[in-house]
Amino acid sequence: MAQLEVVGVSKRFGNLRANDNISFSVRGGEVLAVLGENGAGKSTLMKIVSGFLRPDSGRVAVDGQTIPIGDPQAAIRAGIGMIHQHFMLIPRMTVMENLILGREPRTRLGSIDTRQAKQEVEDLSKRFGLHVDPNSPVESLSVGEQQRVEILKAFYRGAKILILDEPTALLTPQETDRLFGSIREFARQGLSVVFISHKLDEVMKISERVMVVRAGQLVDTVDTGQTDAFSLARMMVGRDVDLGASRTTSGLGNVVLTVDHLESQLSKGQPLLGPISFTLRHGEILGVAGVEGNGQQELAELLAGIRLPSSGTILLDDKRVDSLPIRRRLESDIAYVPADRQGEGLVLDLKIWENFILRDYYRPPFRKGLGIDVKVAKARTQAAVDAFDIRPNNIDLPSRALSGGNQQKLLLAREMSRNPRIMIVSQPTRGLDVGAIEYVHHQLMSLAQTGTAIVLISLELDELMKLSDRIMVLFRGQIQGIVARPEFRRDAIGLWMTGQKGQEVRQ
Amino acid sequence: MKKWALSALKPLLTVVLGLIVSGLIGQLTGYPASAVMSALWLGSVGTVTNFASTLVIFIPLSLTALGIAIAFRAGLFNIGAEGQYWMGAIAATWVGAMGGAWPPGVHLLAVILAAIVAGGLYAMIPGLLKAYRGAHEVITTMMLSYAAVEFGHYLIEKGPLMLPGAIPESPAIAQSATLPILVPTTELSAGIFLALGAILIAAWLMTRTRLGFEITLLGKNPKATRLAGVSAPKLTVISMVIAGAFAGLAGGVQISGVSHQLMDSFANQYGFTAIVVALLARNNPWGIIPSAFLFAALQSGAGYMQMNANIPAQMAYVIQGAIVFMVAADRMFDWAWIRFRKGRWGQMPPSETPAIAHEEVSL
Ligand SMILES: Nc1ncnc2c1ncn2[C@@H]1O[C@H](COP(=O)(O)OP(=O)(O)O)[C@@H](O)[C@H]1O
Ligand SMILES: [Mg+2]
Repeated sequence: MAQLEVVGVSKRFGNLRANDNISFSVRGGEVLAVLGENGAGKSTLMKIVSGFLRPDSGRVAVDGQTIPIGDPQAAIRAGIGMIHQHFMLIPRMTVMENLILGREPRTRLGSIDTRQAKQEVEDLSKRFGLHVDPNSPVESLSVGEQQRVEILKAFYRGAKILILDEPTALLTPQETDRLFGSIREFARQGLSVVFISHKLDEVMKISERVMVVRAGQLVDTVDTGQTDAFSLARMMVGRDVDLGASRTTSGLGNVVLTVDHLESQLSKGQPLLGPISFTLRHGEILGVAGVEGNGQQELAELLAGIRLPSSGTILLDDKRVDSLPIRRRLESDIAYVPADRQGEGLVLDLKIWENFILRDYYRPPFRKGLGIDVKVAKARTQAAVDAFDIRPNNIDLPSRALSGGNQQKLLLAREMSRNPRIMIVSQPTRGLDVGAIEYVHHQLMSLAQTGTAIVLISLELDELMKLSDRIMVLFRGQIQGIVARPEFRRDAIGLWMTGQKGQEVRQ
Repeated sequence: MKKWALSALKPLLTVVLGLIVSGLIGQLTGYPASAVMSALWLGSVGTVTNFASTLVIFIPLSLTALGIAIAFRAGLFNIGAEGQYWMGAIAATWVGAMGGAWPPGVHLLAVILAAIVAGGLYAMIPGLLKAYRGAHEVITTMMLSYAAVEFGHYLIEKGPLMLPGAIPESPAIAQSATLPILVPTTELSAGIFLALGAILIAAWLMTRTRLGFEITLLGKNPKATRLAGVSAPKLTVISMVIAGAFAGLAGGVQISGVSHQLMDSFANQYGFTAIVVALLARNNPWGIIPSAFLFAALQSGAGYMQMNANIPAQMAYVIQGAIVFMVAADRMFDWAWIRFRKGRWGQMPPSETPAIAHEEVSL
């Protein structure tokens, strides 16, 4: 039984203390959760443990043996297997090729011994219940399957201590459950598992002990049985957090948006999306669920005018908007907060105030002669930055200088200050920490309260269930089902997300 | 430190390093750095006449560089400014050689406008191709540049602008189409005011107008620009037209102020030198003043050096080359600068550096 021991690890990036004297240990057969907000230093710590980063001080030992630091090969030899937040597979190669890459068993003639490789891989997947077809190319696998390949790869290299960095970030609820099943199996067979997450419920569910880190410091390590989500949240954020804050819907208004047989084709006969039809009411939040890449992005872009439909209509009130160009849609009070904040939402090199006026710089009150009324622009931005508590509170900084959470606040501040009638929001909390998520949720709810209709696209089912009045599930560009708030059920929605029709479709 | 001073630091460093490297080369090849530098100094700014001839080169270099810088700002690599420069010169020659009685000043104005329009229209072609056909502007501007030069050659060799005789050249433009000379016995014309005015206009355009804002947006993040409702194709075309207009003006001013006729040598590859001028100026219109002046000084100093100090003119080109190389290696400085500030050389795993490098550079 392998035992991992980490003692006094510190790591600085410039002035930033990413890890400050952190120690912990994991026993064989144990699942240790590492809980912390984004940027708390979890990944840094695990990169140090697995040899990808060299710490400024501290040591790592397996079974009492100190291993050389900053040497990934040594870590692997010692039995440490790390599954990174971003997979490191080669898409074009098959599962088998990916698995044995760099550690190919050779025949006596020096060629790759495919028979033995196959045998080893089969044994491993049987032993741990990780099933994937060894001959299919990695690019054709779902995210969950790719993850299984990553885990298999670690085992193939002899891992006895498995480190999973935010493994559930991209999984559907069913895939998450399945992963949890596997993790329990690993622990039962005596492996040590380090499970990294910023999601409280997952941590509560899977771990024996929880280690909480905040701003590079170890806050505490507690037995999961002796704690609850609320105390963990407080440890993680450093103050009380309102976790429940559920939505109170105060009766929905008239229909504002009618989408009718909307369709977008990649080429003839190859639909990306649709035909789909739905309506949206004043003050309603319509959640759009689905596994990534099932038409959510296309839907958002069709509504925002970035992509034009091949057929179908979009009515805003009674006006057709489906062929209006982007600027005319913006002027029709349709707002769009894209998922890719840095690539599509902001111009990172421009100042905060310049980003704030990005959609309206050409019209009053910002228009002035041939130029821009900088005074007005700055005053408006300053007011919004104050109201949304965007930090640092200096509108002359480039928006690159803002953290992810503050960039998202800036985006929301910009779009909300335009008083939209309809707002399309895509992945508004992806990559944000708990405090920022809470904030974004509050803003969206209060925006809906003022009558704005919101199309909320998210991969986080919890988020959708918390905020939405109705949830619409997209699968391969089709509406797999729409369900209203009282009937929200995780498992049913999860099944829809994987293409199974489990239930009657409700409108 | 003031912000502009900080942003001037790196280009300055670039130049200094270029000078040091070429000084070393000079030393090794038997031309002491001190002799080279003092000859260059004398040759470029040492006398009124030499200073004037530096400014003569400054005019087309700065104007063309403006065109390139504005296109670069829009994210468009207009490396064929040479062609737009030629088209401006051709139009200027054509209008300038037109006979007839023009009211005072009108002929000159027509020449200048013709050059601007010709350069702008010629740059519109790669703009349109890029915007609506996705053809990469590096290829198209380059090819069109050759086409323009060949077109010019054709015109003076056997085309309508040919002056009979052994040397391929066009007829001289009318007196009424020339820019007044400022310093007698030199070629320095009132074109210098046009150049400075153009810099002023470009700076105003880029920092004070909505169009400049849009151009900057497009260059920094075309996707976000599109999502903000700006028509990227239209803006691409407009940016190219403006860029071409400046380059065309450069050609027109050269004809009207210096050569007074179209001939093979009038262009002197300014369109290509101007690329480096723009890069060294970091595409900032104000930065083009020192940057263009430096390259102009090197070029005008070179001749003097050869004639009066017995140092081959190639030495000046070595310096120019060294600076060009340093400009190209600019990214390397950024990288080294970050490492220096972080105080740790070679510690980060390589895969993590680019993102951070990017972040630091723009601060
Ligand atoms: N290579 C790096 N260079 C500089 N800063 C980094 C680097 N890697 C991470 N950081 C910073 O260290 C902090 C901790 O990051 P990370 O360990 O990735 O957090 P987590 O995984 O808990 O979200 C963050 O503020 C992050 O920006
Ligand atoms: Mg992380």
